[in-house]
Amino acid sequence: MRLLEINDLTVTFQTGDGEVNAVNGVSLGIDAGETLAIVGESGSGKSQTAFAAMGLLARNGAARGEVLFDGQNLLTLPQKALNKVRSTQISMIFQDPMTSLNPYMRISDQMAEVLMLHKGMSKRQAVTEAAQMLDAVRIPDARARITMYPHEFSGGMRQRIMIAMALLCKPRLLIADEPTTALDVTVQAQIMQLLGEIRRDFGTAVILITHDLGVVAGFCDRTLVMYGGQVMEEGTTEQVFAAPSHPYTQGLLSAVPRIDRDDDELATIAGEPPDMSHLPAGCPFSPRCDVVRPECPGQRPPLLAFGAGRRRACHQPWTEEA
Amino acid sequence: MFSYIIRRLAVAVPTILILIVMSFMLMFAAPGGPFNSERPLSPTVMANIEARYGLDQPYWKQMFDYTVNVVTRFDFGPSFQYRDRTVNDVIAQGFPVTLKYGFWSFVVAVVFGLGLGVVAAIRHNTWLDYLAVGISIGAQVLPNFVMAPILVLVFTLWLGWLPGGGWNGGQWQYVILPVIALSTSYMASIARIMRSSMLEVMNAGFIRTARAKGLPMHRVIWKHAMKPALLPVLSYLGPAFVSMVTGSVVIDVYFSTGGIGQFFVNSAFSRDYSVIMGITILVGVLTILFNLVVDLLYAWIDPKIRY
Amino acid sequence: MFPDKAVAEGLGQAAQLAEVQGRSLWKDARIRFFRNKAAVVALYMLVAICIFAFFGGWAAQHERDAIDFALSGPNAYKGVPSFATGHYFGTDADGRDLFARTVQGTRISLLVGIVGALIAVIVGTLYGAISGYFGGRTDGAMMRTVDILMSVPYMFVLILLLVIFGKSILMLFVGIGLISWLDMARIARGQTLTIKNKEFVEAAVAIGVRPMTIILRHIVPNLAGIVVVYSTLLIPGMIITESFISFLGLGVQEPNTSLGALISRGASQMQYGVIWQLAFPLFFFIVTLFAFFFVGDGLRDALDPKDR
Repeated sequence: MRLLEINDLTVTFQTGDGEVNAVNGVSLGIDAGETLAIVGESGSGKSQTAFAAMGLLARNGAARGEVLFDGQNLLTLPQKALNKVRSTQISMIFQDPMTSLNPYMRISDQMAEVLMLHKGMSKRQAVTEAAQMLDAVRIPDARARITMYPHEFSGGMRQRIMIAMALLCKPRLLIADEPTTALDVTVQAQIMQLLGEIRRDFGTAVILITHDLGVVAGFCDRTLVMYGGQVMEEGTTEQVFAAPSHPYTQGLLSAVPRIDRDDDELATIAGEPPDMSHLPAGCPFSPRCDVVRPECPGQRPPLLAFGAGRRRACHQPWTEEA
Repeated sequence: MFSYIIRRLAVAVPTILILIVMSFMLMFAAPGGPFNSERPLSPTVMANIEARYGLDQPYWKQMFDYTVNVVTRFDFGPSFQYRDRTVNDVIAQGFPVTLKYGFWSFVVAVVFGLGLGVVAAIRHNTWLDYLAVGISIGAQVLPNFVMAPILVLVFTLWLGWLPGGGWNGGQWQYVILPVIALSTSYMASIARIMRSSMLEVMNAGFIRTARAKGLPMHRVIWKHAMKPALLPVLSYLGPAFVSMVTGSVVIDVYFSTGGIGQFFVNSAFSRDYSVIMGITILVGVLTILFNLVVDLLYAWIDPKIRY
Repeated sequence: MFPDKAVAEGLGQAAQLAEVQGRSLWKDARIRFFRNKAAVVALYMLVAICIFAFFGGWAAQHERDAIDFALSGPNAYKGVPSFATGHYFGTDADGRDLFARTVQGTRISLLVGIVGALIAVIVGTLYGAISGYFGGRTDGAMMRTVDILMSVPYMFVLILLLVIFGKSILMLFVGIGLISWLDMARIARGQTLTIKNKEFVEAAVAIGVRPMTIILRHIVPNLAGIVVVYSTLLIPGMIITESFISFLGLGVQEPNTSLGALISRGASQMQYGVIWQLAFPLFFFIVTLFAFFFVGDGLRDALDPKDR
């Protein structure tokens, strides 16, 4: 059994402008201790996939499909049982450390309540344990600073606190939603290094959601590419980077600036990101695709396995050297 | 914290002084004094009266004496109208009444307003929410001077349950209608503010974090959402207080409760300037003190405010 | 089906989407406003009330200050609303036609609300924009002044003003307008602080446009949205203030009247079985306030869309 398996997940939001489909039939899986990257531009549905799995959708959102964790469907789990899974089994860290910590509570209270709730610890025990965890994510002088408020820390420090808080109950899966996007470049590298160490030390499986391909390359075993709320392709990170099989991934990779090539102009993908309330019936990428075929806008390509454990959704036949 | 209080007081004191000087100057801008109204008095009588009330002094001297008396001894001087009473007597008689039903109105408005707002936000888009929104929209167009006659019409004239006026030493039957009349529209406003700020807070990133931590909903609301959601309500309480004190004038007049509002309106008709000024200054000082308390509460809730 | 046609359709759809995104702020807001049914109904109600207040006099069968002695004093209970006598809303305690008086009362209440809000908005916007634009000490001093004025119990001061300078409608207009610009000033200042760092303001500064011109030409027009919303919500507040003062008998004086004065009169007579004297003015008062509140809310949601 896989640690987490998502089958045909669909997320819809009721908005003033009608129904918006953020995620359209996404399937994916991750094994214990593995690292999976979900890559895609903003609005591709990658974050909403994770929120839906954790039951954290906004009030106007609804999820259909199956999210199996240890064989348990999280989407149909009663609230109480779901609360037990959160933090102890699956933890999540978010994009913006400025807003994801409560500005009106001390760090000690925010961290201790997790341990008090899930582990039944006393307040004092919990604070001691929380301080140790802050030490582990290398917050200097943790014991003294734990009683401070979030605004007294820098962005990078706050993201470290978020990570420490997510790890308090030693979860088996950590979902990191764009953990470095809001941070300075130098701090980004430190946070990624920290996540790598945690994965090694705790054996936690990690789903890394990002639009930054550079972050993925050094960190993840497997990579899954999303566009318009659908999976475009999936494979080991090496395969996807060395031989991208989908026109979208190819465009994405050629748009990464490289210093080993002497390009005069940065490559881009022509066109606009898709409007999620008016998706084409077929492949969502078809309006921007270079090699679009007649059937593409009308008929959705199925996500089919090919090669060594890879999957792709494209009408264009796969050729090894494409 | 202590130095913050001192600094806030340092602003409050000049504000009170400006208030006193302003109302004094307004009074002297008035065409004609308080005694040259209907019956002309003989010049000697006039001079005597003016001497008694200090009106023969130069303006600046009067203003100075008045200010000193108010600040050092809370002495607002004699009433121009009730010859044998001072303004302090008037206030001592009316203020406890206003304080009693004013306090209860405030409590009712805050408690019911907050409750209604929180319930509406948590049960967003359910019948409870619609009911709460309905009540608060309906109550918004029912200011005290509209509520008062409607209440009397229903509970006194039609049902005969409660007295439609009087005070009777503050027995509970006499307090209920004034309290409802005064508190309704503020309760509605507080409910509306609380609901929308609660809804906004519930969309914040840190609420998502709290839910991701596996906290039960009631804990998310009480421990994480309550404090930030209360801040906008807190900043409304200052203006609401002023407006409730003002509303007490209508309550006093309509229900004949005998609070300071009644004296204020009577004095306004009879040009009893010293009583008008005394009450205006009293209300101003209360307002300033109340705002000070609100500011301190604000600083206590929001850790980002440095003392 | 031609293969190219399917592709072209997909592209056409994309082009359409780009067009949708190109709507201007005001057009967008108008579409959102008219989608809000409560706000649209309220707008129609408001138009109806305005027609009633400004042209209702033509439908009246009696002058508003003509006294019908047969229906006054102890005979007031006979002045029931009736089409036969031409007193559609009945008569008041003095035997005067309540329809004509309600028309006039509504008109005065509307006028006080609109003129008062206008004064408040003009003074407040300019004050706030100037304070926010210049910043620094000017800002500190100007906002400190607002803080101090805010803690003045304004209704008491207004009554004091009315007592001292006489109870006239003009005084009421000016008094209400001048004490209610404070909130507007604060809001305008807050908005100005964010606008003044925008590129178009910096560009204007860079080419040497004078500060007052920048404020009037670049800042104030960008405050329009919030000003419009705030003033529609301010008008009902003004109407309440005026009615409050008239209820106490300190506002509009006989033979003129306003909704507050009519409610006050009606409330004092209701125990004599002449409930219509309270009901009609109260109805127009409540409907007017409702209409303004809903239009204001609709405008706010249209100009500042958020899930509330």
